[in-house]
Amino acid sequence: MDATIFLFLVQDGIINGAIYALAAIALVLVFAVTRVILVPQGEFITFGAMTVAALEAGRVPPTVWLLVALGALSALAALLQERRALSVRGVALIALFNLVLPALLAALTLALAPMKLGTAVDILLAVALIVPMGPMLYRVAFAPLAHASVLVLLIAAFGVHFSLMGLGLVFFGPEGIATKPLLTQTFSAGDFPITGQSIAVVATTTLLLIVFALCFERTLIGKALHACSSNRLGARLVGIPTAIAGQIAFGLAACLGAVSGVLAGPIVTIYFDSGFLIGLKAFVAAILGGLVSFPLTVLASLAVGVSEAFFSFWMSNFKEVMVFTLILPVLVWRSLRSPAHVQDE
Amino acid sequence: MPSRSTWIAAILALAIVALPFTGLIPLYWVTLLNYIGISSLVAIGLVLLTGVGGMTSFGQAAFVGLGAYTTSVLTIQLGLSPWLALPVSLSVTALGALLIGAVTVRLSGHYLPLGTIAWGVAIFYLFGNLSWLGAHDGMSGIPPLRVGNHALIDVRQFFVVVWLAVVLAVVAVQNLLGGRTGRAVRALRRSTVAAEAFGVNVAGAKLKVFIFAAVLAGLAGWLYAHFQRSVAPGPFGVNAGIEYLLMAVVGGAGRVYGAILGAMAITFLRDQVQDVVPALVGAPGNYEIVVFGAVLVLALQTAPNGLWPILFGPPRPAKVPQRRPSASLSRRGVPERGVPLLEVESVRKSYGGLVAVNDVGFDVCAGEIVGLIGPNGAGKSTTFNLICGALALNRGEIRFRDASIAGTTPQQIAARGLGRTFQHADLVADMSVLENVALGAHLRGEAGMLRAVLRLDRAEEARLLDEAARQLQRVGLSDDAHKPAGSLALGQLRLVEVARALCLDPVLVLMDEPAAGLRYGEKKALARLLRELRSEGVSVLLIEHDMDFVMSLADRLVVLDFGTKISEGTPASVRRDPKVLDAYLGGVTS
Repeated sequence: MDATIFLFLVQDGIINGAIYALAAIALVLVFAVTRVILVPQGEFITFGAMTVAALEAGRVPPTVWLLVALGALSALAALLQERRALSVRGVALIALFNLVLPALLAALTLALAPMKLGTAVDILLAVALIVPMGPMLYRVAFAPLAHASVLVLLIAAFGVHFSLMGLGLVFFGPEGIATKPLLTQTFSAGDFPITGQSIAVVATTTLLLIVFALCFERTLIGKALHACSSNRLGARLVGIPTAIAGQIAFGLAACLGAVSGVLAGPIVTIYFDSGFLIGLKAFVAAILGGLVSFPLTVLASLAVGVSEAFFSFWMSNFKEVMVFTLILPVLVWRSLRSPAHVQDE
Repeated sequence: MPSRSTWIAAILALAIVALPFTGLIPLYWVTLLNYIGISSLVAIGLVLLTGVGGMTSFGQAAFVGLGAYTTSVLTIQLGLSPWLALPVSLSVTALGALLIGAVTVRLSGHYLPLGTIAWGVAIFYLFGNLSWLGAHDGMSGIPPLRVGNHALIDVRQFFVVVWLAVVLAVVAVQNLLGGRTGRAVRALRRSTVAAEAFGVNVAGAKLKVFIFAAVLAGLAGWLYAHFQRSVAPGPFGVNAGIEYLLMAVVGGAGRVYGAILGAMAITFLRDQVQDVVPALVGAPGNYEIVVFGAVLVLALQTAPNGLWPILFGPPRPAKVPQRRPSASLSRRGVPERGVPLLEVESVRKSYGGLVAVNDVGFDVCAGEIVGLIGPNGAGKSTTFNLICGALALNRGEIRFRDASIAGTTPQQIAARGLGRTFQHADLVADMSVLENVALGAHLRGEAGMLRAVLRLDRAEEARLLDEAARQLQRVGLSDDAHKPAGSLALGQLRLVEVARALCLDPVLVLMDEPAAGLRYGEKKALARLLRELRSEGVSVLLIEHDMDFVMSLADRLVVLDFGTKISEGTPASVRRDPKVLDAYLGGVTS
């Protein structure tokens, strides 16, 4: 292996790692606030990329109809769950978020899609369509299970993942898609080429992570989420509504997922089930970070990305085997460090 | 004499042999039932692993694959008979499970299911990339099963093989759960601390169950390979693994028959959805996975315990082998009265800056009741946990029966004759009171998994359960023996714990607030029982807040305050000690 190949692999790894980092941060956040291991994070990624691809082609993305349907379900679930404490204002808020907002977004997409307004608009529209799905999913699938064990929540998360992945196949078919790169120029450092897309990926990720860190430390909502994640009972006792915190966490996760999908779209071919694999690797990183530490998670994501790049160079057939086998020693180390004597039932 | 369940199994077996040939079931459904049977085997393993043992595995499909690929290689490439390949298939699966399980079962909490996903994915990609396993195309041309010269190609004949295997698996699992190892495994899900305190080797028990479940999956794989006559990586991925888990959860993860019900529900559902939904939507597609996911979430939301309990009610109490009062367990001799039994020497336990137990030392002699008292937070329960080996000490030494407990596990200390009760009753709520108590006698039996499966453990089981019944009678709870432990009141639970500790045949019993929550009459009965134990030569170390109770019973008292021993002596002298009065009444003397 010469220096160029080495640098090339490192660049490749960092780009992948940056994308994993966004997804992994979302996983950590959602787990900390709601104890859900968000397996369907992968679907936000797929839907993000697929929606951009449809918009680029001037078609109306089917995710629009998913949003409308999910909104209706979520409104129903919300009314059912809060039937004992409904006020006019409450009903209005539920209707506004779950029915009016999706309708407006749908109308906007129907109007804008055929106009092919360019990458920036496509991306914004795609993210706007995906983000509300997060809180809606929480409402429909996870809110009724809020007091269940981590295990039950994990199985439910797989259920949601199945449904959404199946819908992805129905919506977009078995063919893979690739979207246009954000930056088409290629830069060079010495005689080593750096693609515009890789700069775009790293810059976007860094920016999002900084915004994320600032929000978490400086805003009231961020602090409330922080409180929920460190001590849920305590947070509830001081009046933070944990259900709303869960919805916000899911919304942020959907946003981060959609963005990582948008970033991954031009780099790898995205199939209806690609998100799951990206999510799974993000998951490896999230666990390396212990499902708690954000900075550790980002570092671990980069490590996963880079080791994947090298594995695919050395033994391309077995790269998945290697990446997933890597997780086992880490899991052992983690459980030895924190022996949990009493399991939750 | 064959038991009722043996008769049921025999009738069932007969029905299985006859049913497909009666013409009552269309061939298509027979095929479907074959797949259901194969999946049931995996799901039954999962019931044992997840529903009973509390370990969730998303990776069972990988073991199905291991079984299927092993027999494929042996029969296609080496021309071995499928029947000869069966033991090899099962052994390879068991070996794989041993290697994977040795790492996996040590994972705690949610790391365990995540670990199973990791190796599930890794093994799936391994199948798809090894060229000698046919890579992504897999292998075809697997020979059918043969009986003599007759090939079992007809789905109706295969039905007989599959469902006999299912019946055998059900009987094996029921037998296992009804025995000594099964009891230990059922105790694991609630709390490993209590199981350890009664000598259960937690990691070992978990590993055994893990291998057992994997072998059932391997058997399913062997059947699948010879039914399908070809293998490819597809059905052995994590998605399939999740589907098996889905079957167990939908049917009722804690119930063996629930696994079969779940396998039926899921397989029929998938079959129907594949036909019906595309017709409804008007376009072909894989909608089953969408419906699947939704059903799973809905099932968890509405029936967290699965379909079986909804349809058929709660589990019946476990069948107990007939009592044979003549055959009782042998007892260990008690040490001579007055010999030092437990010596605690300047023991210290600190958590960071907080010293919970500060250079505490005292003795307990054989045939003595010693009370350990002190205000809340004095370090009494921590001292207990140090003596039992549940916590490691920072400094000092504890000697039990003339041997240091340094470097020994709670299991080994229990084996030397130390029984205990817990401050917060630590029982398995969905197990009967009798079985909970019998867990205390775990170390007095020796039947393992294999003996339980083959029902060779009945004589020993009868002795263990007889002992449990005897101890229950001693604490006055004979009438409640067959109720689930979760249905008892707090005071009764404490007495169940006392009975469980006595089942160990202890020379020393540590009791953590046994009288809390007891009524006056029950307290008097408990006091009588403790005196009786003392007269038999058994020693008791007692934590108790009820002063009348402890003062009237104890030969000596040790008083702790803020982790330090402030007084020791007879009840009368301790009662007058100004330091004790100060600690309890908050400095009225100053």
